[in-house]
Amino acid sequence: MSLDKDQVRHIAMLARLKLTDEEYAISVQKLSKIVDFVDQLSAADTTGVVPMAHPLDAAQRLRPDVVTESNERDRYQENAASVSAGLYLVPKVLE
Amino acid sequence: MTALHSQTLTELASGLKKGEFTSVELTQVLLDRIAAHDDKLNAFVTVTASAALATASRADAARVAGIGGALNGLPIIHKDIFCTRGIKTTCGSKMLENFVSPYDATVVQKLADAGAVVLGKSNMDEFAMGSSNETSYFGPVKNPWNPECSPGGSSGGSSASVAARFAPAATGTDTGGSIRQPAALTGTVGVKPTYGRVSRYGMIAFASSLDQAGVITRSSEDAARLLGVMAGFDERDSTSIDQPVPDYLASIGDSIKGLRVGIVRQHFDAGLEEQTGARVKEAIAVLESLGATTVEVDLPNLDMSVPTYYVVAPAECSSNLSRFDGVRFGYRADDAEDLLDLYCRSRGEGFGDEVKRRIMTGTYVLSAGYYDAYYLKAQQVRQLIADDFRKAFADVDLIAGPTTPSPAFKLGDKVDDPIQMYLNDIYTIGANLAGLPAMSVPCGLVDDLPVGLHLVGAHFNEETLLRCAHQYQQQTEWHKACPEAFK
Repeated sequence: MSLDKDQVRHIAMLARLKLTDEEYAISVQKLSKIVDFVDQLSAADTTGVVPMAHPLDAAQRLRPDVVTESNERDRYQENAASVSAGLYLVPKVLE
Repeated sequence: MTALHSQTLTELASGLKKGEFTSVELTQVLLDRIAAHDDKLNAFVTVTASAALATASRADAARVAGIGGALNGLPIIHKDIFCTRGIKTTCGSKMLENFVSPYDATVVQKLADAGAVVLGKSNMDEFAMGSSNETSYFGPVKNPWNPECSPGGSSGGSSASVAARFAPAATGTDTGGSIRQPAALTGTVGVKPTYGRVSRYGMIAFASSLDQAGVITRSSEDAARLLGVMAGFDERDSTSIDQPVPDYLASIGDSIKGLRVGIVRQHFDAGLEEQTGARVKEAIAVLESLGATTVEVDLPNLDMSVPTYYVVAPAECSSNLSRFDGVRFGYRADDAEDLLDLYCRSRGEGFGDEVKRRIMTGTYVLSAGYYDAYYLKAQQVRQLIADDFRKAFADVDLIAGPTTPSPAFKLGDKVDDPIQMYLNDIYTIGANLAGLPAMSVPCGLVDDLPVGLHLVGAHFNEETLLRCAHQYQQQTEWHKACPEAFK
């Protein structure tokens, strides 16, 4: 096993995923398999190879700094579970 | 007259023009077929019957007035990854089960502007992560050729629909083979254009440097027709490429005499099922009979493509899917204790197993101390793979080989072993890593299941692929083969 349960717990926390105990057990096993599989990459000789940034070597385009979108807050908020007075509601953060 | 459901887009366009039938009649025929048969396939997440009939009626009026667009009144299906204003867009996930997009994807907008009639949204692997359609929250899609088999994935609902004659064409997306593999396994044509050719705006992101929208049809000519409408620069997609779109139909009838077809020896190694390999070799012989010449080419880093992909794609997935927080849209867990609990439980309950696995793989390879060993290394190997293709395209016009290692596999067969599932994309992933256009063309049957010929072209050379496939289809009948239960 290339990953242990503590590592998987740490990864799940970084990814903000709550897993059941059963999911943890399976994840340790399957993620280890995947990590072992991608470890093949270490055999490739990449000395001096520039990592790919874009498949077509294109540069990131810039657009003029002008307002192009209109305010559609109410429509966007129709997909939210809990809103009030134009705000998104979440559990209390400050005591 | 051939039954309407069996006609290609091109044939239907001609029939509509001649007044042999109306778009409303055609739409009704297909909606009736879907209503009668989709319980056997589960290819749809949403059928948009009344909206489709309303669009068809407008298209009929436009045709009478002589103002219809390039696809006026022609029926299509959208993969449920494309945002559609006012219609649910689920991406095959519990996370987006009730999501209604406030806007249309550019692809959706362009096809609507051309007059296409959308019959519904097709089922898919959750967030396009899967090669069998078994990761969908809405259940697996079944292969029309054999309901015990997978139609491939992730665009399995689109491929099954086109194979079952629910529609002549469907949209799809392809991150590692998600258009071409399902096309091969259902006997349909699947085209993944060059990275940046078709806008990604409004297409729910999985791995942004690999994702590309394309089409599933029954003929190369139909694919050319649709792609001509979908392709083009979009300022709303930051990686869209500003290059003119050629008229793909204009050159499709030209001969392929003198076309240099590259053959990669490793594509025909032990991993390829024998009969599948035999069908692909027969297809290449047809290309030779049409005047193409074959040249052996070497892709020395090919065996690194799957491990490279399974670092890059999960890394980008973990980043893209961090937007699902249970606050602004998507599934939200009940009775959260605090904000952290809200995030963790909404995501833990809203995502399925494979999506969680990919998010965690991506999180791991990007985490402190591992970035250089995995992500940076993979982007270096990716460069080597792209260089291999660049060198090969100095000598050949396209590369031909198998799309998949075997015909469709049984549902359930690979679901417990992620590596076996990932290896299904071994021949298709390279084109995504290098951003190249590629397509799958039906080239025969193995035990009554279809297999595909895979063609890969140089950047922005979709024309050559479509022409080669069209010329092949003038000599063969495989693209007309229809599963017995859906004739």
